[in-house]
Amino acid sequence: MSGDNTDNVWILGAYMTKFGRHGDKDLIDLASESALGAMKDADVTIHDMEVLGCGSLFNAQAGVGQQLQKQIGQTGIPVYNVANACATGATALRTVLLTIKAGEADMGLAVGVEQMGKGGLLGTSGKGDRGRKVYEPSGRYGSVMQVEGVLGTGLMPGVFAQAGMEYAYENGGVDFEQFAKVAEKNHAHSTLNPLAHYQKQFTLDEVMSAEMMSYPNTLLMCCPNTDGSAAVVLVSEEKLRTLSKEQQRRAVKISASALTTDPWTEHAQVQPDVNTLTRNAAKQAYESAGVGPEDLDLVELHDCFATAELIHYDNLQLCAPGEAGKFIDERGPWRDGKTPVNVSGGLISKGHPIGATGIANVFEVATHLRGEAGDRQIEGAKVGMTHVIGLGSACAVHILERSAV
Amino acid sequence: MGKQIPIVDYLAIDDGPPHLVAWEAVDSGALYFDRRNADAKGGGTEFRRKKLGTTGVVRSFTIVNRGIPGVPVPYVSALVDLEGGGTVKTNLSNIPPDPEHVKLGMAVKMLTFPAGTDDDGTEAIAFAFEPVS
Repeated sequence: MSGDNTDNVWILGAYMTKFGRHGDKDLIDLASESALGAMKDADVTIHDMEVLGCGSLFNAQAGVGQQLQKQIGQTGIPVYNVANACATGATALRTVLLTIKAGEADMGLAVGVEQMGKGGLLGTSGKGDRGRKVYEPSGRYGSVMQVEGVLGTGLMPGVFAQAGMEYAYENGGVDFEQFAKVAEKNHAHSTLNPLAHYQKQFTLDEVMSAEMMSYPNTLLMCCPNTDGSAAVVLVSEEKLRTLSKEQQRRAVKISASALTTDPWTEHAQVQPDVNTLTRNAAKQAYESAGVGPEDLDLVELHDCFATAELIHYDNLQLCAPGEAGKFIDERGPWRDGKTPVNVSGGLISKGHPIGATGIANVFEVATHLRGEAGDRQIEGAKVGMTHVIGLGSACAVHILERSAV
Repeated sequence: MGKQIPIVDYLAIDDGPPHLVAWEAVDSGALYFDRRNADAKGGGTEFRRKKLGTTGVVRSFTIVNRGIPGVPVPYVSALVDLEGGGTVKTNLSNIPPDPEHVKLGMAVKMLTFPAGTDDDGTEAIAFAFEPVS
C-alpha cells in the first residue's frame, strides 16, 4: 500500500448487478445480490460489517437498509438510509467512509439500489386538474395551474438541454453534432460492457436522426430508466493491513471524497446550476487527492443526457475552459483518447437506476484499477474519478487509486 | 370582460402594462420569484418588490418534442436575461419551433395571453416572450 496515512479508507470489494429491467425481482433481490456480491468479492462476510449505508431514492422512507438486513444478516449494526437525488448512492458510500474515518467502524458496506421500471419522463410536477376547476394561487410561486409547457419546461431532457445550450451561449457555441458525438461514444463504449442495460452501437447520423426529445437531446442522447444495484465494502487502512496479501493487492484507495451542494448563483433561480457545485467538488477532490486532471486514466461522469456530459468535461477540468466541444471533436473522451470518459457506456447506455448510479461508477473505476475489466479494460489504469450530480442539488466526486502493492 | 388572474404571482397584470416582478433582497440585491423565508445569497430577511424589464435576450433554449399528456408539442422553452436584471424561464411564442429560427442571444419581448378559464369563468393570464421584430 502506498503512503503512510493510516486515515485512508479503501475499497475492499465491489459488485454491480446487470443493469436493465428486472421485473421478476424486487428491490431487495437486487440489493441482496450486490451486497452479497461485494462481500464475496472482498472475501469477508456480513459478520465483518460494522455499518451499512443504503441508498434508494424512490424508496427513501421504506427502510431499505433494514429490509436488506432481514435477508442477508441481522447483526444489529447501525444502518443509514440515504436519499440525496442522483448522488444517493455516492452519499451512502460517503456515509460509510465517514463512519470509518470517525473511528466508529473498521469495515462497512454501502449499497445503492433502484427499481425504475418504465418510469417515463422525470421532472413533472405541479397541479393536476381534478374535479371542479377553480383557479386559486398556491405554492411558493402562487401558480393557479400546471405550468409545464406554458412557462418553459422542467422536464429532465429539457432542463439538461438548456444546461448544454447555456454552455454554448457562454462559450461561443457548441452545436447539435458535438452534443450528439457524446452519445455516439457512449453507445460504442457500451458494446464492451456486459453489465450495461443497452449494448448497441449507433452511428452519429442515427443518434442525430433519432426521435427528438428536447432539442438538442434526441432519444439516443437520454439515459433510460433502469433497474439495478451496486455495492462496495470499505475498510480502514489499519484493518486492511491485517488482511491477506491478496485482499491488499486488490484493494483500491479512496484518495478523495467530496460532496457539495449548489451555492447561490444568479441564473439558478430559474434553471438549476449543475456547473458550480461540480466545479467545487472537483476542485476539492483534486486538492484532497493531490492529483490533477492530467493524472486521470479514466473518468465515469454523470451523463444523464449527452448535453450534461459535454459540459462536465469543462467542469471537471478535463479540457481547457470553454473547449468541451473541441475535446469531443478531437475524441479526447473516447476510450483511446486523452482521458477516457464513461468507458462503461455511461448512464446513456448502461442505465441510471438512481440510487445505484453513484456506486456503480465506483465499481467501474475500481474494476479498471484492479485490471479486471476484461474487454473494456483501460490498460495500466492507476487513477480514476467518479462524478454524480442530482438536481436539487447534490454532487459527489471520488478519486480512486490503485494499490501500490 | 370577466375576471382575470395571473398564472403565477410574479406576473403583474393590474399595475400598468403587464410585467414581471421579483423579490429583491435588500442587502445582496439577489432576485427571486418565489415566496421567501430569507435571502439564499446573503442571508438577510428584508426584501422589496422590484419591477423587471419586459425585454431581454435568450441565454438558452430547448425545443420540447415529447412532453406531458395534455400539453401540445412542440414548444420552445427558453431562459431570458431581462434588461435591467433578472432571468426568467418562459415559452417563446410567434416563432417556428426549430433551431433554424430560435437562436441563442436573440432579442425578445414579453407578451401575455389567456392560458385557460376555470369553472367560474376566471381567465388565467400567462406570459411568454416573442422575437423583437
